[in-house]
Amino acid sequence: MTDATAKPPAKEAAQPSDPTKVVTERLEDVVVRFAGDSGDGMQLTGTQFTSTSAQLGNDLATLPDFPAEIRAPAGTLPGVSAFQVRIADYDIHTPGDAPDALVAMNPAALKKSLMDLKKNGILIINSDEFKAGNLKKAGYETNPLEDNSLDGYRVLTAGITKMTLAALREVDLDSRSKNRSKNFFALGMVYWLYSRPLDSSIEWARKKFAKKPEVAEANILALKAGYNFCDITQAFQTRYEIEPAKFPPGTYRNIMGNTALSLALVAASRRSGLPLFLGAYPITPASDILHELARFKNFGVTTFQAEDEIAAVCSAIGAAFGGALAVTTTSGPGLALKSEAINLGVMIELPLVICNVQRGGPSTGLPTKTEQSDLLQAMFGRNGESPVPIIALASPADAFDATLEACRIAIKYMVPVILLSDGYIANGSEPWRLPKIEDLPDLRTEFHTDPEGFLPYSRNPETLARPWAIPGTAGLEHRIGGLEKENLTGNVSYDADNHQLMTDLRAAKVERIANDIPELEVFGDQDAEILVLGWGSTLGAITGAVVEARKLGQKVARVHLRYINPFPRNLGDVLDRYRHVLIPEMNSGQLALLIRARYLKDVVSFSKVEGKPFFRHEISAKITEILGGNEDVH
Amino acid sequence: MSTELPVLTKKDFQSDQEVRWCPGCGDYAILKSVQSVLPALGLPKEKFVVVSGIGCSSRFPYYMDTFGFHTIHGRAPAIATGLKVSRPDLEVWVATGDGDAMSIGGNHLIHVLRRNVGVKILLFNNRIYGLTKGQYSPTSEIGKRTKSTPFGSLDNPFNTLSLAIGAGATFVARTVDIFQKHLQETLLRAAEHKGTAFIEIYQNCNIFNDKAFSYMTDKNLREDQGLTLEHGKPLVFGKDRNRGIRLDGTQLEVIEFGNAYSESDCLVWDETLDNPGMAFLLAQMTPPDFPTPIGIFRSVKRPAYEDQIAAQIDHEIETQGQGTLEDLIYSGETWKVAEDGRVTA
Repeated sequence: MTDATAKPPAKEAAQPSDPTKVVTERLEDVVVRFAGDSGDGMQLTGTQFTSTSAQLGNDLATLPDFPAEIRAPAGTLPGVSAFQVRIADYDIHTPGDAPDALVAMNPAALKKSLMDLKKNGILIINSDEFKAGNLKKAGYETNPLEDNSLDGYRVLTAGITKMTLAALREVDLDSRSKNRSKNFFALGMVYWLYSRPLDSSIEWARKKFAKKPEVAEANILALKAGYNFCDITQAFQTRYEIEPAKFPPGTYRNIMGNTALSLALVAASRRSGLPLFLGAYPITPASDILHELARFKNFGVTTFQAEDEIAAVCSAIGAAFGGALAVTTTSGPGLALKSEAINLGVMIELPLVICNVQRGGPSTGLPTKTEQSDLLQAMFGRNGESPVPIIALASPADAFDATLEACRIAIKYMVPVILLSDGYIANGSEPWRLPKIEDLPDLRTEFHTDPEGFLPYSRNPETLARPWAIPGTAGLEHRIGGLEKENLTGNVSYDADNHQLMTDLRAAKVERIANDIPELEVFGDQDAEILVLGWGSTLGAITGAVVEARKLGQKVARVHLRYINPFPRNLGDVLDRYRHVLIPEMNSGQLALLIRARYLKDVVSFSKVEGKPFFRHEISAKITEILGGNEDVH
Repeated sequence: MSTELPVLTKKDFQSDQEVRWCPGCGDYAILKSVQSVLPALGLPKEKFVVVSGIGCSSRFPYYMDTFGFHTIHGRAPAIATGLKVSRPDLEVWVATGDGDAMSIGGNHLIHVLRRNVGVKILLFNNRIYGLTKGQYSPTSEIGKRTKSTPFGSLDNPFNTLSLAIGAGATFVARTVDIFQKHLQETLLRAAEHKGTAFIEIYQNCNIFNDKAFSYMTDKNLREDQGLTLEHGKPLVFGKDRNRGIRLDGTQLEVIEFGNAYSESDCLVWDETLDNPGMAFLLAQMTPPDFPTPIGIFRSVKRPAYEDQIAAQIDHEIETQGQGTLEDLIYSGETWKVAEDGRVTA
């Protein structure tokens, strides 16, 4: 098992007396990775396996891993695209540290993923692609299918390409198109192995290719052929079952982070009564939010694909001035370009939500790989004293609630809010328990309309928010802009005392949000020796590690930050309660730096920037190390 | 309740802020003209929003008693786009300069023009950076000696109108700060235009680039060095109205009336030509070989961007029905978990 929260497999069937008879074994969880060339459709294959498992009621977590190039040269290592999914009959937190089963559609995929596969893990290989040319491209000097290097794995080699073509002999498509169905053959094999029904994927193919019925037919035939191949040949001695997980009652759907974030923006628009305006420039891994929202025209959503990142945020600011729920989406390099305009938002004090889906940096960095290294940019990456609230998403399903919260704060406090997601959350998925519509927060706000004594920079005594006075309102004509504002009137002012006052007011406004957010709740042992403090997408790995540690008798607690600016009011007290505070982050210690500066607490920073999420065992080992134990306890 | 609007005057559009341009600056004349023209449009003043970037020209909103937004350098067209798209009911005017619009904000300028967003862009061109105290601008002539180019500038300048026409602008005009009547007429025409109206206003910076346009604005040079475009009329100029512009093959040429040519040989100006080629040719008329044209170079009909966006939204609401939160959240492949943990599709 990848996660020590899982018990050893409960074997339901007795060991077979007849070695030719296939037995079915029950597993609590399984990690499968589909790996192939970027043209092989591995993301789709993984998504289908995920979707089918979701509908069976399994808990799940996914980790897509694809190259930045749209089509890297076929068969090469940089061209490998992979999708890892973990399904379980209990509550899981990560897509798993190491696959139990690996599907390798070509030599490059095998080369790149084999090192991660568990000892004695299942290996399904498309042997048709293991020809001299592909082997050379992958850097193999000898054919791994022939040199015994795969001893120690349960290998099934199958001529997937040829068998797919054979299965589609009667289909009226060219062989190139037929070849594209080989991923569904592999999917069929994995469905058989893990006792999944085919109907969901069949239905999907019919719908997806409604206008190209022969393509739908090809995929369905390939899927069935793969399944039947395993069934007839009894390719494996054992097949597996994973029972549904025990979820609280409700309606669920499997959701990706970018989708949940998009839905939350539309929901915020509905709950606030403000039309949604998205100004965006395409950038990986944030573009899907633009794609998603562009579909929602019948919700009154305006999406504006701007000429650049700056115009994207500026158009949103213009829309905010006009009274819209204004949003811009981006990733790190784009956030850098937007910084001057975000500062304009700070000065003019209008609601604005800036969604930053982080990726590896600096510069263009690693566009398709995840990282959490924009925290300090979000916090400080602007000229002058420029406080901006920061909210971090922790998981794909959490994206929905956290995004609504970002909108709430932006509207209520008349302030730009930075919402931090990352590539792992954006493209990863998990089951989402759908909220009841009536439980969604009420975000209604009122524009200022009374000209009597109107002062554009007067403030709500509780929130310090200024009035939202939109153009078109008679008697409220006023001017705003980036020059320092005179208190109350909003006129341009270069007065020294006024500048101090306004700087303090802008800071106080953000600080006051702390009175309006929940205090931190700590999970784990009351008398813990270590507190693991996290933010963002490390939630899963941290939770897994803390659950594991407590099973081993280690005294550990954890707390996760959704609000990074301002911090929750009780954070200082929480930190004081523990001898050790461990902060795992996918950066070089950015939250650790903030915590040390603010609370003078000597935290242990545990950081990495390897373009992929933390493994659960990495955090477990660190906990053990701090406790002075043996690092191998996991 | 009376639906009649109160009659507004120039004074209604003057804010209480002290105007702080240098004495003698051409911006005063432009401000006066805009304040004179807006009341004539018959719209309540809360419907007007003046958006600007950075530079001397961009102080404009502070002096207008309308809604105003003094934004950041070069970004006014982008901010105005967001505003107009989300609030098509507003009259959005942009005040910008040659540096703001064509240097730091060049990208936004060409994109607002190609999209045909319904905003009016007043580009104050003084061919110099004023607010930063006198560096050459993207419209400065080659060889310009300034603080940043003590040995003369090397960069070829932008032809403002060619740039706008090239970007697909649907309304393109040029006028001059001190030609009050022409300026006001041009502003009125811009106000009536659907889509982006782009006006280059030659504006004198008497501190850092004085007399940049005196070659064509001085009383005794105006008629010989300038040419006023009038729709449907031949391109005739000169103190004695004895010269004109003729189309010779694919080139324009100046002709003198007399034995060889008469007024009937002149090109008759049509600002509504769909093909922007002729407007581009006219925009290329520069001294010393040609008089400098002012007036409307191009005025064509194309749907405004904000109207197209609204139409798309309306169409989807009409065909799909207004989306509900239920549709939004409870969509896709869902499954139910019952109280007893049973899973059903």
